[in-house]
Amino acid sequence: MELTLERIEQRVGANVHLYPLDLTLIPRAVTVLLGATQAGKTTLMRVMAGLDKPSKGRVLTDGVDVTGKPVRERNVAMVYQQFINYPSMTVADNIASPLKLRKEKNIDARVAELAIKLHIDAFLRRLPAELSGGQQQRVALARALAKNAPLMLLDEPLVNLDYKLREELRDELSQLFAIGESTVVYATTEPTEALLLGGYTAVMDAGELLQYGPTAEVFHRPKSIRVARAFSDPPMNLIEAKATQSDVMLNGSLSLALSLPALQSDMLTVGVRAGALRVDRRENDLALAGKVELAEISGSDTFVHVHTQVGELVAQLTGVHVFSLGEAITLYLNPAQVYVFGADGNLVVAPERK
Amino acid sequence: MARIDLELAHAYKPHPQRDEDYALLPLKMTFNDGGAYALLGPSGCGKTTLLNIVSGLVKPSQGGVKFDGADVTGRTPQQRNIAQVFQFPVIYDTMTVAENLAFPLRNRGVAADKIKQRVGKIAEMLELNGQLNMRSAGLAADAKQKISLGRGLVREDVSAVLFDEPLTVIDPHLKWQLRRKLKQIHQELKLTLIYVTHDQVEALTFAEQVVVMTRGRAVQIGSASALFEKPQHTFVGHFIGSPGMNFLAAQVNASGVSIAGKRVMEANLKLNGDDAITLGVRPEYVTLAAPETFGALPATVTQAQDIGTYWLITAHVGNGDGALIRARLNPEQNIPHVDEVVWLNIVGQHTCFYRNEELIA
Amino acid sequence: MKPVNQKAWLLILPVVLCVAFSAILPLMTVVNYSVQDIISPERRVFVGTEWFKAVMRDDDLQGALLRQMGFSISVLLVEIPLGIALALSMPAKGWKSSAVLVLVAISLLIPWNVVGTIWQIYGRTDIGLLGATLAKLGFEYSYTGNATHAWLTVLLMDVWHWTPLVALLCYAGLRAIPDAYYQAASIDGASKFAVFRYIQLPKLRGVLMIAVLLRFMDSFMIYTEPFVLTGGGPGNATTFLSQYLTQKAVGQFDLGPAAAFSLIYFLIILLLCFILYNWMQRVGTRDNSGGNHG
Repeated sequence: MELTLERIEQRVGANVHLYPLDLTLIPRAVTVLLGATQAGKTTLMRVMAGLDKPSKGRVLTDGVDVTGKPVRERNVAMVYQQFINYPSMTVADNIASPLKLRKEKNIDARVAELAIKLHIDAFLRRLPAELSGGQQQRVALARALAKNAPLMLLDEPLVNLDYKLREELRDELSQLFAIGESTVVYATTEPTEALLLGGYTAVMDAGELLQYGPTAEVFHRPKSIRVARAFSDPPMNLIEAKATQSDVMLNGSLSLALSLPALQSDMLTVGVRAGALRVDRRENDLALAGKVELAEISGSDTFVHVHTQVGELVAQLTGVHVFSLGEAITLYLNPAQVYVFGADGNLVVAPERK
Repeated sequence: MARIDLELAHAYKPHPQRDEDYALLPLKMTFNDGGAYALLGPSGCGKTTLLNIVSGLVKPSQGGVKFDGADVTGRTPQQRNIAQVFQFPVIYDTMTVAENLAFPLRNRGVAADKIKQRVGKIAEMLELNGQLNMRSAGLAADAKQKISLGRGLVREDVSAVLFDEPLTVIDPHLKWQLRRKLKQIHQELKLTLIYVTHDQVEALTFAEQVVVMTRGRAVQIGSASALFEKPQHTFVGHFIGSPGMNFLAAQVNASGVSIAGKRVMEANLKLNGDDAITLGVRPEYVTLAAPETFGALPATVTQAQDIGTYWLITAHVGNGDGALIRARLNPEQNIPHVDEVVWLNIVGQHTCFYRNEELIA
Repeated sequence: MKPVNQKAWLLILPVVLCVAFSAILPLMTVVNYSVQDIISPERRVFVGTEWFKAVMRDDDLQGALLRQMGFSISVLLVEIPLGIALALSMPAKGWKSSAVLVLVAISLLIPWNVVGTIWQIYGRTDIGLLGATLAKLGFEYSYTGNATHAWLTVLLMDVWHWTPLVALLCYAGLRAIPDAYYQAASIDGASKFAVFRYIQLPKLRGVLMIAVLLRFMDSFMIYTEPFVLTGGGPGNATTFLSQYLTQKAVGQFDLGPAAAFSLIYFLIILLLCFILYNWMQRVGTRDNSGGNHG
């Protein structure tokens, strides 16, 4: 299904929840809505589903105007953060509920098939309350999939699960989505989740849609500082800089050998992703000396917060590295791996991709 | 401050028969004075039960708890002189922030000027000094949780401060600041801290020693690097790291170790005889290799994901129907495409070997 | 612009009709009576605010109002603390808690006139348990002869009848406090009183507000029980507002003054509830610091 939003705007009283935006979802693909809490993801999703009517603008499905058409008359499946199931129905009845509503045949076979896909076939006779959180969300997902709706909306479906469960379920979900039967919209606050899901990403911030495109493309070529900030975990390191004739000066003394196109203003912001900062020196690297503020260890990576002469920087190092607070450290940076944003916040230079 | 020795078990039933009857299987553990510990595991692994046994909120069904050698099993949290911070902020609504922080001291009859000095110090550490005279009921969740933290830290003489997933309600971008605060506080105050969490980042960042738990059992106690480099148990390899360790069924015989019929390693002192074992290697240590390299396996790529700073490759050994291997590859090299057959190096100094889920080499 | 859908008005029509017939129309009838002198069903004279003036000057009414205030305040002063204490001492779980809940609720299930009758018998010096016991102990107890005794008996009866309601409300409020609060308090070394003062009482604020309002309104309108027990006597020592009003309206058929009185009565209750509610809303939520909202 092709869903198009035309000049959609949402206001509640004097508060603007969504600024005017246009968006056409790539049909039968996953679109990740990425943004912090309060960015407007849920509001936008409710407009897509037909739960709310936009203050202005039109919603089109396959070219037909469906603005204001209530959700009951549309064919939409939705999964929420909370594990929402019918508490008095067994797992099997829960999954079967949308099928029964449409009086379909072979319900049992379809339920069994979905249950196997989501690994809940052992619990079909149980009630949702007797299952763990992860299993309850699987039931909710199975029910949404049973509906076989052309539009499937998932609002941070994994946020209330332990991270290992999250990992597992995300993997399975991306495989289910890959079949390409429905147009999927998946809201998340986590940039890494967007990258893992792949597909397309729409970056939102403070009620605005900032950029929409293939996920990797948006990540590697963020249009503006705001996109880069929203789509970077840990947050992108941003350093005030000044353009000179031959290079870019950080903090008045450090020079980055970069050639820039002609600019309106020489005031720049240099963005460095945490992964571009290293502790091993290579040729042509810029060295930044500093003190360790904290080393966060995620299991696969170590995020070192370092206080340097150009401000606080976060470096992402693969594997486990132990630093004590206040320890001296030097970070190395290849000038070819920086992003440069102009005075207006728009991207000027992005690192070249292989 | 105290050294805490545990030698106990906790069962759900009066006469436990099977492992499932236990919330905590028999364990022996020591928390050293002034150490920072984390209890890490998925929900239902027994970590909160263990914490509540240390604090005295739960009495173990077998064995006991010793503080500095003295048996405290029957004592209340108050008698044990424990401080605990809960998952959701516990605030005395009618008090100001300062009164909240002073409460544990006032209850113990500490002198007024001493209270004032101590409250001031803790408030400054937690950056609450601007809000000392505000009513705590109206504050945001993170400020409330800081007050709860503060009440846990305000007493100088506590045996230990226990944390039960204290950052659950904190906004993600504020989390790292509070983690840092906790680490600084640990360095400054030299308190024994025990921290329960299901989040590996929290545990590994905060603690000097992490206790990894699953199904009522503590499977490994070690530093972050030990858990990453040498998981003692396959569960640790799976749980730490995202994605976790790759595990491949392997066969040992006189000629060496082979996987899916392919020899990948010579026999050595630890790995010999005739045995089925499991080979474990982290995705970070799987590398691309030239065809027919010794120690590498051919695999068919089923997924290649650009995760920004690296590529995550999912491959299946052989023609795509064998065991699953994940590899984290640096984007500076040539990234294989889906359906391409690649050789993946899985044997190296970081490779681990397991028998019955326990590390053998 | 799309035309605004007006169908919704139809849906609230039943409620409008219900309210109109049950509240607004009777009230308007009363307003109508209060400004007329009804000599006979056919003869009525418009008298303006005359009845209101007369009622305000009525000494008996003022006496009844004062008695009523005294009674309601006493009821609150006794029943609220007692109810909280009862709730605190009730077991929290197990079969005991269910048993105690049923026991506590018994007095709430008894019809009001039966409550009056029970106490009438209970207080008799010849066969009543209370009366006879007091008489044996040498007290000259008589709720029909001694004004103080009558008053105390009515108060005691109300306490017996309604404290369980306060207790049940508080019990529900107490059960809603998460365990973590008690655990934190025990770790903070809080005494039992501190737990009550800083955790239980603040967390009970909401239910207590409801309890106070309910008990205030109910006691302010008390009629049946004292009517059965003392009939308002001795003299008019236990003649509360509603009984005085009934005497006026039914006994003497002074419909005009009774209507004016009803309206004043209604306004008094409304006003007092309003003041009480607002005061309680503010208690415990005002900021201890001045202008430190940051």
